[in-house]
Amino acid sequence: METIQSPESPKLTSKDLVTDQEVRWCPGCGDYSILKQVQTVVPELDIPRENLVFISGIGCSSRFPYYMETFGMHSIHGRATAIASGLKGARPDLSVWIISGDGDSLSIGGNHFIHLLRRNFNVNLLMFNNEIYGLTKGQYSPTSEEGKITKSTPMGSVDHPFNPLALALGAEGSFIARSMDRDPVHLKDMLRRANAHIGTSFVEIYQNCNVFNDGTFEIFTEKSSKKEQTIFVENGKPLVYGQNADKGIKLDGFTPVIVNLSDGHSANDLWIHDEKDLVKAGILSRFFERPAEGSGHLPRPFGVFYENNRSCYEVGLNQQVEEAIAKKGKGNLDALLSGRETWEIK
Amino acid sequence: MEQNNQVIDNVIIKFAGDSGDGMQLTGTQFTNTAALFGNDLSTFPDFPAEIRAPQGTIPGVSGYQLHFGSVSIFTPGDECDVLVAMNAAALKANMRFLKKGGTIIANTDGFDPKNLRLANYADGANPILDGSLEGYRLVTMDVTKMTRSALSESGLGIKEIDRAKNMFVLGFLYWMYNRDMSATEKFLTEKFGKKPDILDANLKVLRSGYNFGETSETAATRYTVNPAPMPAGVYRNIMGNQATAMGLIAASQKCGLDMFLGSYPITPATDILHELAKYKNFGVRTYQAEDEIAAICSAIGASFGGKLAVTTSSGPGIALKTEAMGLALMLELPLVIINVQRGGPSTGLPTKTEQSDLFQAIYGRNGEAPIPVIAARSAADCFDTVFEACRLALEFMTPVIFLSDGYIANGSEPWRFPKADQLKEIKVNFTTENNNDGKYLPYKRDEKLSRPWAIPGTKGLEHRIGGLEKQHETGNISYDPENHEFMVKMRAAKVAKIADFVPNQTLDNGAEKGKLLILGWGSTYGPIKGAVIEARKKGYDVSHAHIRHLFPFPKNLGEMIKNFDQVLIPEMNTGQLLSIVRDKFLVDAIGLNKVKGMPFATGEILNKIEELLK
Ligand SMILES: Cc1ncc(C[n+]2csc(CCOP(=O)(O)OP(=O)(O)O)c2C)c(N)n1
Ligand code: SF4
Ligand SMILES: [Mg+2]
Repeated sequence: METIQSPESPKLTSKDLVTDQEVRWCPGCGDYSILKQVQTVVPELDIPRENLVFISGIGCSSRFPYYMETFGMHSIHGRATAIASGLKGARPDLSVWIISGDGDSLSIGGNHFIHLLRRNFNVNLLMFNNEIYGLTKGQYSPTSEEGKITKSTPMGSVDHPFNPLALALGAEGSFIARSMDRDPVHLKDMLRRANAHIGTSFVEIYQNCNVFNDGTFEIFTEKSSKKEQTIFVENGKPLVYGQNADKGIKLDGFTPVIVNLSDGHSANDLWIHDEKDLVKAGILSRFFERPAEGSGHLPRPFGVFYENNRSCYEVGLNQQVEEAIAKKGKGNLDALLSGRETWEIK
Repeated sequence: MEQNNQVIDNVIIKFAGDSGDGMQLTGTQFTNTAALFGNDLSTFPDFPAEIRAPQGTIPGVSGYQLHFGSVSIFTPGDECDVLVAMNAAALKANMRFLKKGGTIIANTDGFDPKNLRLANYADGANPILDGSLEGYRLVTMDVTKMTRSALSESGLGIKEIDRAKNMFVLGFLYWMYNRDMSATEKFLTEKFGKKPDILDANLKVLRSGYNFGETSETAATRYTVNPAPMPAGVYRNIMGNQATAMGLIAASQKCGLDMFLGSYPITPATDILHELAKYKNFGVRTYQAEDEIAAICSAIGASFGGKLAVTTSSGPGIALKTEAMGLALMLELPLVIINVQRGGPSTGLPTKTEQSDLFQAIYGRNGEAPIPVIAARSAADCFDTVFEACRLALEFMTPVIFLSDGYIANGSEPWRFPKADQLKEIKVNFTTENNNDGKYLPYKRDEKLSRPWAIPGTKGLEHRIGGLEKQHETGNISYDPENHEFMVKMRAAKVAKIADFVPNQTLDNGAEKGKLLILGWGSTYGPIKGAVIEARKKGYDVSHAHIRHLFPFPKNLGEMIKNFDQVLIPEMNTGQLLSIVRDKFLVDAIGLNKVKGMPFATGEILNKIEELLK
């Protein structure tokens, strides 16, 4: 989403975005960090507070709007995307942020999720992915790994999970990024990028549910394993990662291969990240193996996978109204009511 | 030759043919001509359920019934006087709707062996030749042949020529009813102005049909139906869905808010979406969502943003919207939910009419979830009723359900339309100031128990609303048991209070006290009205009241009912208003129920009146 400037209002601070409501997430929940980063980044964006709207569905994550001193709506499960679409269509002047969970967006709200991306309303969609249903106390979600043992799947889940970024790309998303609750610097950066993008900005945020799915993302977030298991992509930069930045990814045809930079491979041979390249974004989104024991698998990417500018639904919607007025003149109710053929009875 | 000319006061014509035969166009053209001439009228199209049912078969028959007269007309009529049958299937499907002794105008070409077989006539049987239509007046003509010969030199292909067949029939009927063809000629000129050869062909066939009447000996009688005495004023013809769309636009203009429609196509509601999509220059934004849930949710978003928000659907789609309707009610945001009812349950009878979603409208949500419900009684009444729905939604900050049905949605009637400045303004005041010592309380209530509407973009009034139970006034989440009960009652009281702001129930006909009150709602208006007029002529003590405000009821309804010995409630369902009225007023009301996907015939209601008052 773009920034909406308002020079005359005094600068917002993070404190201005805190409500009088007690935050009710479990202590240690990753949601706290995300709230903090949002409250830190939003004041930098120079958007008048009254023009900010946070819309959520249902889930732990969806409690979010109650904690943001902006306009907000805590709606119904899975529908925040649909409500935000109507709001943005009706009020393109607003800065609209959707807060959703993995169940909210990809299970019950899957349909609206893909259609939002396709229509490309200029909104930000932050999906807190904890790979579990938190609010309903720990059932597997459409992002949980196969075989997930939960209260609803005591013998392990049978179904295969979504790859949310690949799904978003397939749904014609115009901005696709991944970040994590435990990396505030990166998360803030992704929030700024999401805001700057004109179109639907989808940010998947790995979020730890320390009560029902503790440690799912540990391998990506813990210092000891993070460098080996993740790769932070940046536009125009080679894909380098590893404990000593000693590994890289090279494309062999369409196949990504890991190379060891200490083996005489140079950074010049590596895949250079290009956010505009849809094909490469597709390959990158497929770096999705479950980190197995030992090495040899591709690291999990974080950052902006893809960004592409294309027209936003609300622009077309409102342009047609303007065009119709320019062409036919502002509607005349009397003319409408009488229609083309009338007759008079005296 | 010498022809009879008979003056009659009303006639019912049913145009029936294959869905490709252009019967809807023929019917609407005749209707327009009758309307312009000053007849009162009422129409009802009868579409096949499948878009492309096999040609020549009974499922493929499309019909259009027109009732017009020099007297007041309330319904499209029970049985028709004249049946136009373009093929054997059209005849077979509609014989049971033709009056004894009625006239059949049959296109002989549509009764060839193939068409007879497709219409499932027994081997060798041909109704127009074998005398089985004895007792009816049969007028036969080979429309196909005469159309083709009229256009033999047109240079058009056979397919295009055959497409003009319906104009032949129309021309013939214009002759038969002494009509001026200029309105149709004008219509054709506008429609085919860019295709002069097609235009010429249609005009030529239209005139051939007329001339055929003049010269042939088959139909020696012509009829004159004089203009009807109607209140003075300027009229137009209007269909229910069109009137609904216009009522919404009018409300949008009168409340000063642009309209946002979130919708997903479904028969018979889709035409409202089609219609509104044409009027973007009125600031209308139409949004074809991915499903009905998204449709209503997008409207809720637009309402939060300060627009006049509307969602349109029919029963199955309304079922999907249920959860979001509860949300709108909790948020206390204005929203107009339109249900153009059709036969149910499930997919039911998409192209047929029914009034079976009244329970769904009044009761069909989880929790204690009162939403006002109002219903239109005729095509033109859709305008006033939906306008009223918008007023209630905006003035009381509530979702409102507007009920129409397939019968009035697609039916048409003359409408003495209002002038824009005769329509009442609808008051909308966005709140721009804090309402409680420097704080904004989103659920602080006014004398109507309505809450303030502060839209995003309003400085200093940032606030959060949601579907969780909220504390009185602050709107903060509250699980307090006392508060929950208080809020449940508050929401109910607010909706109940609407009764203080709507007109008292009036009688449409009859005395205020008496033997029998007929209580109706929605599209049964025409048949009930017709029946009550007949019954009163015969001396029966019967009155008629027709309810627009179904929830909450007008305040005097209970009193009104108590003034009658008996109450009869005719409905196109198994007794939904009946059970609500019995529940609410403890009155032993009687139901007259029909669930055939068809409107009541006036005669059916009249019979019941006679049975009850004998
Ligand atoms: C219509 C409906 N169905 C089911 C629920 C119950 N429910 C609430 S939240 C939720 C899942 C939440 O999971 P997720 O979206 O991942 O959010 P999280 O709590 O993990 O942040 C479910 C099933 C509901 N509130 N509404
Ligand atoms: S259940 Fe999990 S996701 Fe929900 S608040 Fe607790 S820790 Fe966070
Ligand atoms: Mg979750």
